[in-house]
Amino acid sequence: MGKTITEKILADHAGEREVEPGQIIETRVDIALGNDITAPIAINEFKKAGCAKVFDREKVILVPDHFVPNKDIPSANQAKLLREFAREQRLTHYYELGDMGIEHVLLPEKGIVLPGDLVIGADSHTCTYGALGAFSTGIGSTDLAAAMISGETWLKVPETIKFVYTGKLNKWVEGKDLILFTIGDIGVDGALYKTMEFTGDVIDKLPMSGRFTMANMAIEAGGKSGIIVPDRITEEYVRDRAERDYRLYFSDKDATYCDIIEYDISKIEPQIAFPHLPENVRGISETGNIPIDQVVIGSCTNGRLEDLRRAAHVLQGKKVAPYTRLIIIPGTQWIYRQSMKEGLLDIFLDARAAISTPTCGPCLGGHMGVLAKGEKAVATTNRNFVGRMGDPESEVYLANPSIAAASAVLGRIGSPEEL
Amino acid sequence: MRFRGKVWKFGADVDTDAIIPARHLNTSDPGELARHCMENANPSFAKEVKEGDIIFAKENFGCGSSREHAPIAIKASGISCVVASSFARIFYRNSLNMALPIMECPEAVEITEEGDEVEVNLGKGEIINHTRHKTFKSMPLPPFMQKLVESGGLMGYIKQKSGLQGEMKPK
Repeated sequence: MGKTITEKILADHAGEREVEPGQIIETRVDIALGNDITAPIAINEFKKAGCAKVFDREKVILVPDHFVPNKDIPSANQAKLLREFAREQRLTHYYELGDMGIEHVLLPEKGIVLPGDLVIGADSHTCTYGALGAFSTGIGSTDLAAAMISGETWLKVPETIKFVYTGKLNKWVEGKDLILFTIGDIGVDGALYKTMEFTGDVIDKLPMSGRFTMANMAIEAGGKSGIIVPDRITEEYVRDRAERDYRLYFSDKDATYCDIIEYDISKIEPQIAFPHLPENVRGISETGNIPIDQVVIGSCTNGRLEDLRRAAHVLQGKKVAPYTRLIIIPGTQWIYRQSMKEGLLDIFLDARAAISTPTCGPCLGGHMGVLAKGEKAVATTNRNFVGRMGDPESEVYLANPSIAAASAVLGRIGSPEEL
Repeated sequence: MRFRGKVWKFGADVDTDAIIPARHLNTSDPGELARHCMENANPSFAKEVKEGDIIFAKENFGCGSSREHAPIAIKASGISCVVASSFARIFYRNSLNMALPIMECPEAVEITEEGDEVEVNLGKGEIINHTRHKTFKSMPLPPFMQKLVESGGLMGYIKQKSGLQGEMKPK
């Protein structure tokens, strides 16, 4: 009987010959990740347990990115706790402000996560790394503490839903639209406890940036992980970044899937997720006239260089509409610098955008762009829950970077075709 | 473990931003988190919830973020137990790890309304709605998870396994 890529990665890490969906395994992890919101609880648990050293200082990774640069005194105290722990444990991978980025953009960029890895992270968007052909999933702070001590975690082997995307991408349609469309189809619990394996000739041609966006939002369908079998595009991405060996896993032709869902994406236009769930998806032509107050382009979902290039392409020679704010957040320092070298920052500044240092900031209503009562925002982020970006009576519309940029110019939700 | 209390009823897809908005995540102090529990879903919840009350919710309770602050806030608010038609995966895991009692029982959620007087028996996997005079059976926890709970949550289990001497996690 054939196996999926997920079952193979889990079996190898658990030291089993093979594993079955539903089976509970105790497995070693290659990386245990935390940030400035989740790691403080884990560090306290670690200390309460009386543990002196993390299991491997190369494999416990801390990235302060949510409320950094520190937005207030309690946030500063949380970031300080991470910094002191990283120093005391001599962690190889601790990224200070000025060096850091949004964790799920930073780790692949630096070649820290590689194909075939098993990654757990105390952040729900840890599922992003599935784009590299790794198994990665979000866990809580106590799980992180346990993994920091033991180098192990427990997992229920998930069933896998296979998604097959065929056809030709229409203009302005990209990875973000594919995943929004998928969540719109199966719902926010459509893949609960399951792995979403993204396949098909559209995925075969999709660049890494789009693949990261898709795997990133598997959690918004309730998924345990999203994954894409590695290929030439994956290898090109990791080849010059990897500083250790990695292993490519593939799904067998006769692997068992709990469901196979096929989409002809030739019919798909850019997608907008309406408040207050990522499943409330409509095509851009069906949105109607929705005036907006703010646009955010960035986040672990869409803060990569390709995303900023798309936004710049739309914004070139244009201005943000009066009384509308555009906030652009490069995902990492490298992306920031590269955007500068490519002249993207000039385009953004000329368009009257504000450019921020890398941070999760406004995505979760933390800082750097919180919404007032009644305000509406278009964001390239991943969640549009009630109050996600600020006041409980504010609204968030999720979209791809081209749509977000065009909306900033129009002052309402719209397409670059209207400019 | 048995709990008896008044029901707070919520709908489907109650997300972690509804349970504890991110604007309050600059602390992990349970008392502070409890003061803002359910703020985005029911602003009067935190003020009116009583020790021992029970949350009933429809599908996908706790979807969204991995923040453990969500089960911490619920537990610290005085809620004794959460019964849902289904739970989002990370929330389920976090609750188990930190010993917030939870139970999946769609049938009980269907019938039960806000303000009902309900009794939950975790060991027996039984829910009695005293207001409506109905009894429901839920699936017991899988054996591995029972072992976690018996060890005092995940940290207790890991400490036993790793031979660590630190204080046990308070229940």
